Amino acid sequence: MNAQPFHFNPVRIALLSLVLLFLLLFLAAPLCVVFGEAFAKGFGTYLAALTDPEARSAIWLTLMTASAVIPLNLVFGVAAAWCIAKFSFPGKPLLVSLIDLPFAISPVIAGLVFVLVFGRNGWLGPWLSDRDWHVIFAWPGIVLATTFVTLPFIARELIPYMQEQGRDEEEAARLMGANGWQILFRVTLPRAKLALLYGIVLCNARAMGEFGAVSVVSGHIRGKTDTLPLHVEVLYNDYDFSAAFAVASLLTLLALVTLGLKTWLERRGATAPRATR
Amino acid sequence: MNSTVHALATVPRTAVKRSPDVLPGFGLSLGYTIVYLSLILFIPLAALGLKAIAGGWHGFEAVLTSPRVIASLKLTFGSAAIAAAVNAMFGFLTAWVLVRYRFPGRRLLDAVVDLPFALPTAVSGIALTAIFSPDGTLGRFLSSIGWPVAYAPSGVTIAMVFIGLPFVVRTLQPALEELASELTDAASSLGASPALVMWKVVLPLILPSLITGFSLALARGIGEYGSIVFISGNLPFKTEITSLLIITKLEEFDYHGAAVIAVVMLVASFLLLFGINLLQRRALRWQARSTGP
Repeated sequence: MNAQPFHFNPVRIALLSLVLLFLLLFLAAPLCVVFGEAFAKGFGTYLAALTDPEARSAIWLTLMTASAVIPLNLVFGVAAAWCIAKFSFPGKPLLVSLIDLPFAISPVIAGLVFVLVFGRNGWLGPWLSDRDWHVIFAWPGIVLATTFVTLPFIARELIPYMQEQGRDEEEAARLMGANGWQILFRVTLPRAKLALLYGIVLCNARAMGEFGAVSVVSGHIRGKTDTLPLHVEVLYNDYDFSAAFAVASLLTLLALVTLGLKTWLERRGATAPRATR
Repeated sequence: MNSTVHALATVPRTAVKRSPDVLPGFGLSLGYTIVYLSLILFIPLAALGLKAIAGGWHGFEAVLTSPRVIASLKLTFGSAAIAAAVNAMFGFLTAWVLVRYRFPGRRLLDAVVDLPFALPTAVSGIALTAIFSPDGTLGRFLSSIGWPVAYAPSGVTIAMVFIGLPFVVRTLQPALEELASELTDAASSLGASPALVMWKVVLPLILPSLITGFSLALARGIGEYGSIVFISGNLPFKTEITSLLIITKLEEFDYHGAAVIAVVMLVASFLLLFGINLLQRRALRWQARSTGP
């Protein structure tokens, strides 16, 4: 640590105030606005906005989506981390950067690509509509678009962490006669559980809060294909501001819980040393 | 003990050439990874590419030369560049304060910097609009001094600043932590002014991280949608960002137009990131030269 103790120095005070002012405007103000506006018309209105049937259906759809997306990306993350962290093969750096690809792609494009595959005029559109299967403007489309956007989250936490841990313990387990699944479930995953949890927390936050990608594929059918963030938009565009902010306050609580968990996990060493990230 | 086991485990491999790996599951995990990436990323992205080139070069050109598309591309890339530059500056200051200073509430501040990552973009969008709209406290003041933010191009930039801030702070923090205060102290004790220390000691050492943070914030700004559409007002030719234009095309069932714009956006961001990557390598070389023996 090369930090210096707090003492009065004009340059320091000026810099600190400037930074605090900037962060106050960009971080504290939005938080205050959300809760302020949510309770602006009293607690009764707040509760009514959250127990409204459309709001409840949005909460349910958001939970269902996250509970499908997380297992998908979890299995992928473990598989990717197993081959990347424990083996060496040609093209490994390329594979690692391809996993990060969704970060460089606009969420709207993530929604668009699935419309082009599964939409009415898409590749599989006619085949799907013959069977009366709905992907776009329905839950499967929402899950696909969210999976695309959140694909890197678990893998990119797990890969550096497992690389850091090396493969000695796995090799030892192998020599003692454990098979692959036993090694994975009894040695590797328990050793990497902090990074795994860290990735799941981040993946969940993004999955529940995703807006752009979901808004392209959902079709905005009220009470049916509106997730929580889309419900916020619908209420806001109806000028029902206190209800919009009431629903937004739920998502804000989720964000605050995420930040708390994230900080707690980081202090327990859930992230690989920064140099490898 | 681990190293003994490791040594034992590697003996047969060196003795027998090309013997199979001790650990199982390489083929299965790599195969699963590639199939999953293909299903979720590559095949859908291929559908996008094929749709975009379906109309031939003329179709491509027709979409791209439309003034509305050009206006939205200028707005999106221009605002993202300004926002990334603002973030490079304030992100550097924030990271500097968080790493170098000790003050009450520092750890809380450190945790809260990630708020734009964690807060769903729709929530940030309506919250920023409430702050900066002419009805909001700050918005009223700003429009009274003749600087309308909400429903104006500045609103787009403000939203991009919000969303990009953590990228710069989080890439700079480790670089600043590695920068020993002995270096800056030595420079100061040799008579260098604080500005000279910043320019000649700190900046060269953190420049590669600063460039990385800038480019991450830039990429995020270009692709951002949720936090912008509420504050921007979405006026065609004026405050309509490219992501929104893609959605508009989709709603008009102009799938080809949407695909063309999307491909251009993707190619532009990849080229930009690639160019910045080259710049970063040059910065690393420059750093090696100026700090080397």
